Amino acid sequence: MIEIRHVDKWYGPTFQALKDCTTSVAKGEVVVVCGPSGSGKSTLIKCVNALEPFQGGEIILDGIKVNDPGTDLPKLRARVGMVFQHFELFPHLKIIENLCLAQEKVLGRSRDEAVAKAEMLLERVGLKDHAQKYPAELSGGQQQRVAIARALAMDPIAMLFDEPTSALDPEMISEVLDVMVDLAREGMTMMVVSHEMGFARKVAHRVIFMDRGEIVEDAKKEDFFGSPRSDRAQKFLSKILSH
Amino acid sequence: MNYNWNWSIFFEPAPGGTGTYFDMLLRGLWLTIQTGVFAWIIALVFGSVIGVLRTLPSKTAYWIGFAYVEFFRNMPLLVQLFLWFFVLPELLPRSWGLWLKQMPHAPFYTAAIGIGLFMSARVAVQLAAGIASLPRGQKQAATALGLTTLQSYRYVLLPIAFRIIMPPLTSEFLNTIKNTAVAITIGLIELTGQARSMQEFSFQVFEAFTAATVMYLLINIIVVTGMRFLERSLAIPGYITGK
Repeated sequence: MIEIRHVDKWYGPTFQALKDCTTSVAKGEVVVVCGPSGSGKSTLIKCVNALEPFQGGEIILDGIKVNDPGTDLPKLRARVGMVFQHFELFPHLKIIENLCLAQEKVLGRSRDEAVAKAEMLLERVGLKDHAQKYPAELSGGQQQRVAIARALAMDPIAMLFDEPTSALDPEMISEVLDVMVDLAREGMTMMVVSHEMGFARKVAHRVIFMDRGEIVEDAKKEDFFGSPRSDRAQKFLSKILSH
Repeated sequence: MNYNWNWSIFFEPAPGGTGTYFDMLLRGLWLTIQTGVFAWIIALVFGSVIGVLRTLPSKTAYWIGFAYVEFFRNMPLLVQLFLWFFVLPELLPRSWGLWLKQMPHAPFYTAAIGIGLFMSARVAVQLAAGIASLPRGQKQAATALGLTTLQSYRYVLLPIAFRIIMPPLTSEFLNTIKNTAVAITIGLIELTGQARSMQEFSFQVFEAFTAATVMYLLINIIVVTGMRFLERSLAIPGYITGK
């Protein structure tokens, strides 16, 4: 589903954010990407739907090369859902309009179709009563659930999560993770940048550990938590799991 | 000082047989409003386009926006009006220049367009600042949903940015109206022009300019009130400004 091959990315002429990154996410697979801050994990996930350009290598999404100048990027992006650290709901639109905007403008769905889909998804994330509110009237956890519903409204073939819980207050993390766990169990293809090791243990198939722009470890969940091979991964794990 | 105050002068017939002095001032007021509104529309339209150009990733777009803004904001308004009114017709091919000079209402069009373009540079800078103040993730979220650049601006970035810059935009609207007084130098008999001719005919200089002052105040109070009303009706519940 997602093929990442030898991707290099530079910020400016000197700083290399990604170094020869190669990995893949199969259909229905859940891959968690972790690593210290500044390790390039957010950059990598943003390369997948070309939010960030990269200079070397290639990424292939459902058979379509992302970094091919001939690729219709808006069309390709519409097929991949993305959830951001800071939710990024559109503050001037009601919740229901946040879910309908791209359905109507990008997919060309009719108003009724879009609203029906939006209501169905709001129901699913437990926020149907909030459809007529504005984003700023919801809590962080609720906003992030809306953001997930907004991405799902496009019927994506895969979902990308960029640290979806790291801007949330602790008591709101689980309500968002619950939605993600459900999604994973339904067989959604997911690439998740996160430090939620509990989530990784529960639903991930593979865990990728990144450090300084490199994929240091790319292992099955059992292997990763059992005996990570690299020192850096071990150090990282001992730091975040020790308390 | 020997000055004969005569507040009833407004109800005396003005020379020219077109009603009282008050009617004369009202005609000036009406022309001021027409020029101001026409100029403001031009300022908003051109300012929006140029403001957006200045925020696009394209280098070319940025330089076009940069050149436009620096051209229009770095010359005194008076000089610009003289350029359009006296110099431009001489620079054009003879027949075009002649057509321009003989165009009916030339002072009106020159003033409206000249002031509009001058003000558009200011609107552009403010809009660009408003867009730049939005979290980067807003553009990314719109892009990730598959919206094209044009759609992202139309449905997401501009509606928020315009709300944020509403207070300075109100000042620019007021400046546009006040700047129409400069058009007196190219022969537009707007409110200031009418006040001056009233003074020349009647020698009641204080009365004439007091009336003009009150009229300017009135229009601007109406504009301020209207803009505040607009600002309030567009306010997003729970949302303060761009975070």
